[in-house]
Amino acid sequence: MPNISRDEVAHLAKLARLAVTDEELDVFAGQLDQILDAVAKVGEVAGDEIPPTSHAVPLTNVFRADEIRPGLSQEQALAGAPAAEEGRFRVPRILGEEQ
Amino acid sequence: MTDLTRLTAAELAAKIHAREVTSAEVTRAHLDRIAEADGRVHAFLHVDTEGALAAAREVDAGLEAGHAPASPLAGVPLALKDVLTTEGIPTTCGSKTLENWLPPYDSTVTRRLREAGIVILGKTNMDEFAMGSSTENSAYGPTRNPWDHERIPGGSGGGSSASLAAFEAPLAIGTDTGGSIRQPGAVTGTVGVKPTYGGVSRYGLVAFSSSLDQAGPCARTVTDAALLHEVIGGHDPLDSTSIDAPVPPVVAAAREGARGDLSGVRVGVVQEFAGEGYQPGVLRSFQAAVEQLRELGAEVVEVSCPNFAYALPAYYLIAPSECSSNLARFDAMRYGLRVADDGEHGAEEVMSLSREAGFGAEVKRRIMLGTYALSSGYYDAYYGSAQKVRTLITRDFTAAFERVDVLVSPTTPTTAFKIGERVDDPLAMYLADLCTIPANLAGNPAMSVPSGLSDEDGLPVGLQIMAPTLADDRLYRVGAAYEVARDAAAGGSLVHQVPELEAAK
Amino acid sequence: MTAVAELMDYAEVIERFDPVLGLEVHVELSTNTKMFCGCANVFGGEPNTHVCPTCLGLPGALPVMNGKAVESAIRIGLALNCEIAQWCRFARKNYFYPDMPKNFQTSQYDEPIAFDGYLDVPLDDGEVVRVEIERAHMEEDTGKSLHVGGATGRIHGAEHSLLDYNRAGVPLIEIVTKPITGAGERAPEIARAYVTALRDLLRAMDVSDVRMDQGSLRCDANVSLMPKGTSEFGTRTETKNVNSLRSVERAVRYEMARHGAVLAGGGTIRQETRHFQESDGTTAPGRTKETAEDYRYFPEPDLVPVAPSREWVEELRGTLPEPPWERRKRIQEEWGLTGEELRDLVNTGAADLVAATVDAGAEPGDARSWWVQFLTQQANAREVELADLPITPAQVARVIELVKSGELTNKLAREVVQGVLAGEGEPDEVVETRGLKVVSDDTALLTAVDEALAAQPDVAEKIRGGKVQAAGAIVGAVMKATKGQADAKRVRELILERVGA
Ligand SMILES: [Mg+2]
Ligand SMILES: [Zn+2]
Repeated sequence: MPNISRDEVAHLAKLARLAVTDEELDVFAGQLDQILDAVAKVGEVAGDEIPPTSHAVPLTNVFRADEIRPGLSQEQALAGAPAAEEGRFRVPRILGEEQ
Repeated sequence: MTDLTRLTAAELAAKIHAREVTSAEVTRAHLDRIAEADGRVHAFLHVDTEGALAAAREVDAGLEAGHAPASPLAGVPLALKDVLTTEGIPTTCGSKTLENWLPPYDSTVTRRLREAGIVILGKTNMDEFAMGSSTENSAYGPTRNPWDHERIPGGSGGGSSASLAAFEAPLAIGTDTGGSIRQPGAVTGTVGVKPTYGGVSRYGLVAFSSSLDQAGPCARTVTDAALLHEVIGGHDPLDSTSIDAPVPPVVAAAREGARGDLSGVRVGVVQEFAGEGYQPGVLRSFQAAVEQLRELGAEVVEVSCPNFAYALPAYYLIAPSECSSNLARFDAMRYGLRVADDGEHGAEEVMSLSREAGFGAEVKRRIMLGTYALSSGYYDAYYGSAQKVRTLITRDFTAAFERVDVLVSPTTPTTAFKIGERVDDPLAMYLADLCTIPANLAGNPAMSVPSGLSDEDGLPVGLQIMAPTLADDRLYRVGAAYEVARDAAAGGSLVHQVPELEAAK
Repeated sequence: MTAVAELMDYAEVIERFDPVLGLEVHVELSTNTKMFCGCANVFGGEPNTHVCPTCLGLPGALPVMNGKAVESAIRIGLALNCEIAQWCRFARKNYFYPDMPKNFQTSQYDEPIAFDGYLDVPLDDGEVVRVEIERAHMEEDTGKSLHVGGATGRIHGAEHSLLDYNRAGVPLIEIVTKPITGAGERAPEIARAYVTALRDLLRAMDVSDVRMDQGSLRCDANVSLMPKGTSEFGTRTETKNVNSLRSVERAVRYEMARHGAVLAGGGTIRQETRHFQESDGTTAPGRTKETAEDYRYFPEPDLVPVAPSREWVEELRGTLPEPPWERRKRIQEEWGLTGEELRDLVNTGAADLVAATVDAGAEPGDARSWWVQFLTQQANAREVELADLPITPAQVARVIELVKSGELTNKLAREVVQGVLAGEGEPDEVVETRGLKVVSDDTALLTAVDEALAAQPDVAEKIRGGKVQAAGAIVGAVMKATKGQADAKRVRELILERVGA
């Protein structure tokens, strides 16, 4: 069924924020095609009458009391940051806008 | 003097608590062994010498002061898979993207280990973000199987299994998303248990596939695994999927099993896990194990689980889908590797370039696969169908457990393969998890216990035992009974047949 | 810069087109903690000080639902006459953005907690319009970015950005209307009235601060036009950054006029996000999405489903307050207000505040005069809405009580209110710290009276001679000496006593 093109792989890489190389595009296109072919088998038994399972345990309503718990200090929060400034995470300029 | 690294965790704990030996001496002996062996094996990514000795001395001081040990395993060293966070100790998940990351918090498993007085020796190697079955996908180089250094120690928890087989640690922690505890256990002749999903907290376990991931005990004996299971198991309010129920009585079950009587226990052999693709020596070892169970008094029947054939494809849709989302957070903004931040590139480009530089091929492959499977237009055919298969597999288990108490199968279709043999063939690699995946999809517990050596290559084989959800104790009862009988028949524990370092290829 | 958009005369828009509105309101809940972690949910604060592994999206951290937030979501759903789901899940909405720590938003997708409701919205002339509610669902807020370099705070031309995740993970309820059709020329007014009614309702429920200026209530306005006589919706635009009730109305009206001009000129409307610009009341295009965003939703595996029992839902229904508009109708009767008086109260935003002050124990007359006079002046001076003044009806009621009991004079009471507005604490604390208590100790007052009489012996003589009204001068002197902290009535009594008049 699937016949995934190089362009499609490039689109996926863009969605997934991976700056893949041209060489990778070729390798991944072949491999994804092969894997998707193999996994498409799930369609054979997935009839409309079968409900999907999203969770391995049938729990519901797990809530936390609305009580403050100590978190991290600003120093701890920023300790792993590639760059920080004025108590904030410093990141390269953001294009586009908030959603 | 006895070689402290050859003892079981239970034996070490008894000696430490009886003050025949100190935890510091035990810890030192293992650190020395790591220094001796790890250059060849490469089970560890980070050895916390100072932290381990300090923790050991604290246990010793407590015992000295007359306090009761914090747990039955207090003072015993352990190797921790590098996918569980440790405050102030590097946690890399085998990835370059987290090369210098020092977590500001402990995972719940880490915290429970510390509170139990267990001494954490260091962090073990793994396939990057637990994606793989050979530990070859680690950004820090492969781990070698102590049975044969040319071969893989299984994966993703190859560092943990190898550390046990190389006598670098008597206990280890693994995580199992599709078999990453059991398959490494099988190919290294050690014991590995994937508890019931929700039985061990996932808080601080760096997620690969959230609905499948489960941490569990790795050891050289079933009883040691049970002791460790009780330390790390139990409800955690920080994990919404944690089951709020007592830990099943796994230690008591292991003790009961060790008495060697399985009469009244119904064992189902999964029909579908045999035939093409299975190494003959593995199947022969498995048949012998089934025979052994029968001799112990178990009633053995064949059971069909027709949908298990769809487990592998379902897994390779669900796990990549969840991972594509879970790994989105590694974007070079708040932590982790950042490249190309030169004032020219914007945030979006820096994200893409950093992720490209920080992730290995298998991780990228799965992220793209998952991105595809979740895309609108493909969701129903792929992710949606895989979730339905999950329902069918759960139904197969439910039907089977109406007839039998446990199910058994080989843990893996083959023994350890050669390093490099399957790296360029993802589909071949994925077959290593064929038998282990159903239990991840349905969430029920499963164990791998050594069933001897395959007669054609002399490499370890694992017997997989699967039990119903929350009946983890059944694994231990059957596993311990089998282990005692097998060891008695073979004249000793399998893992002691591991060749000496120099002798290994 | 983009060229100034052409606008069609509003009357012509109405003549030629029917507008269709859709309003999406995001409400930050005023819970103590965030949606999925125990970090404090507070506005502002030092950056990155209300964060933890979970809301920073650190590897390994997991979410746990805030039960109070779920409760608020259900209550909001009920107040909007919605059905409450028997069983629903969270989903992950996957897209990369630096202010979102996990690069997915934990949100509800096809299984909202509340759906199919309505809100009856009163318009200025008393007419009531029913706005249908599509859904109300739970989600989490993002962090905040500060853009450095280039024009201040603007995203374009910035050299780099600074991120603060204190707001990341704050519980949000997103309330989405069904398309509002048939509004005609009143569309902008209906949009404002809907957001106003929603705000008043949520405030009465005490589930959110509903401060548009602080972003705890945010409205996105979707607008499209269809030519008269047709029934197929036109292409819509989504206007964001609408930060006040007045802006809601202006933004809708502006977009209607802009769409009208584009369509009449034979052009097509691009489906895009636009930003409302408070300064000139126009909207500017945001990023156009070349391809529809693919969010790759899937059920959140780290959270388990929410399945509210019917008993719980009914129990929560019992906690709903009287809707503000019903309360207004009631107080109009109770206080004997004319329709016009009530409308004035409502239009100045005082009605609910006065009612709440009365509920807190004050007399309607006192409550009204405080809110309509002094506090309205304060709000105007600060350029905020009356309801957004940092004082609660309960605090106002307490001040009134202190005046009634003689512990404060009116003048002192205003000072106390100033103190509360300045963030100095509860009225009683302000009285204490500013030392504003009425001097009611007669000995202290008598000394002041004696001194004042001695200083103005001629006036004392006049009073003694029967010119009681002359006492006013002495009263003034005593008040001056006690810095206003005396009860003028008592001072007068003491003066008369002293001179034996
Ligand atoms: Mg939303
Ligand atoms: Zn937090």
